Amino acid sequence: MSRRVVITGLGSVSPLGVGARTLYDRWSAGEIGIEDGLAPCTDFDPEDFLSSKEVRRNDRFVQLALAASQEALAQAGWDEEPPYDPERIGCVVGTGIGGIGSLENQHDVLRDKGPDQVSPLAVPLMMANAATAALVMSHGLQGPTQTTVSACAAGTDGIGAALRMIRSGDAEAVVTGGAESTLTPLARSAFAAMDATSQAGVMRPFDARRDGFIMGEGAGILVLEDAEAAEARGATVLGEVLGYGASADAYHITAPEPAGRGAAKAIERALSDAGLGPEDIDYVNAHGTSTPLNDSSETQALKAGLGEERAKAIPTSSTKSAIGHLLGAAGGVEAVATVIALQEGKAPPTLGYEEPDEGLDLDYVPDGPRDIGNGGRLIALSNSFGFGGHNGVLCLAAP
Amino acid sequence: MAEVTQEAVEEKVVDALAELGPDRSEITRDATFESLDIDSLDLVEMSQVVDEEFGVQVKGEDAQQLNTVGDAIDFIVARAG
Repeated sequence: MSRRVVITGLGSVSPLGVGARTLYDRWSAGEIGIEDGLAPCTDFDPEDFLSSKEVRRNDRFVQLALAASQEALAQAGWDEEPPYDPERIGCVVGTGIGGIGSLENQHDVLRDKGPDQVSPLAVPLMMANAATAALVMSHGLQGPTQTTVSACAAGTDGIGAALRMIRSGDAEAVVTGGAESTLTPLARSAFAAMDATSQAGVMRPFDARRDGFIMGEGAGILVLEDAEAAEARGATVLGEVLGYGASADAYHITAPEPAGRGAAKAIERALSDAGLGPEDIDYVNAHGTSTPLNDSSETQALKAGLGEERAKAIPTSSTKSAIGHLLGAAGGVEAVATVIALQEGKAPPTLGYEEPDEGLDLDYVPDGPRDIGNGGRLIALSNSFGFGGHNGVLCLAAP
Repeated sequence: MAEVTQEAVEEKVVDALAELGPDRSEITRDATFESLDIDSLDLVEMSQVVDEEFGVQVKGEDAQQLNTVGDAIDFIVARAG
């Protein structure tokens, strides 16, 4: 019997505000954190969480991760000291890109002032592992660390890696999730050049009129602990990570395989890893990017992975409909939202969904929060798929 | 380039260090960089400001010899002179 892995802390900074609960409540209330075609974390002031030196020394994606980690660790009751030997606490934070804003700033310095004025902080600001590094220094975590960089699957892949660290016995607890901040001129132009982002400036996942995603920023951090250790210290359990499945499309560098075969394999593997079947799933937190290709192939993948009849019966909604696409942070923030949805027993809606598209015939929960489950323990899947054809799926459960 | 005087260098060094984190009131001639939580990366940033202002470079081994704010000011003034 492998070690069970429970969730004891949740933290989030998203375009809907600071706080995990804020994200869930405002999404469920139908609020949307998108302004003028972008989804920034408008309510986030890094000075509320960090010293001026920390603000200066960390890219915005790291600032977001640090703030989310403070919330998650406080909820886990780790405020003063970690409850385990620090060498037994790991950290895995995923990101799609890393500190691209810092990179762009320093490129301006190079061009305008010359090489002697490029900041010595340029590398630590922009490196993709900066969030992982900042979290371990801030919280004194000395166990195994990794950074997952698998585009928009990075947050989910990070949590999957964390699950396995605890299961394998390499760590007693892991602080994990995803962080991203790419609302910069270069990144925005680059995503627009691929036709990935919405011309209309609207997220409407699975709707016939969908035309791409809105770029967002944020961070979602979870505290995972070995279940027996968490119980021994009297921790409050918020949920459990039952399984993780991953696969690669090996099809196209940006487009998903249209039939969703790779994604379906990841769904099957997550279920198998959890020892569950399609009938056990009460809710699906979809990747749901509002791009024509993803929402079609994801629908096919859910039908292939869960069986068509079962896929159509499970409430399936997209957090991105409320906060845009947080890229490498998406899996972290969406896992946070999914855990709270399971605690509440309600699936939040896919906002903006009005016009059904041909072949996209799942229950996308257009009509507001919906009660889920049949009285048993509530279980969900959270999907994340990234450019490069990376597919990651988590199986999460209520306590 | 600005003219290098003791006062001008002191003002610029204090301004640069204050940008890097420590409280301005703590930045005295006798304060050590360690006590101000100014590390090697901060010193490079400070030296870039000084280079831009006075055309004086504080690099590598030279920077490693500097322990206090006063050390840095004196080094820059001496190097310029």
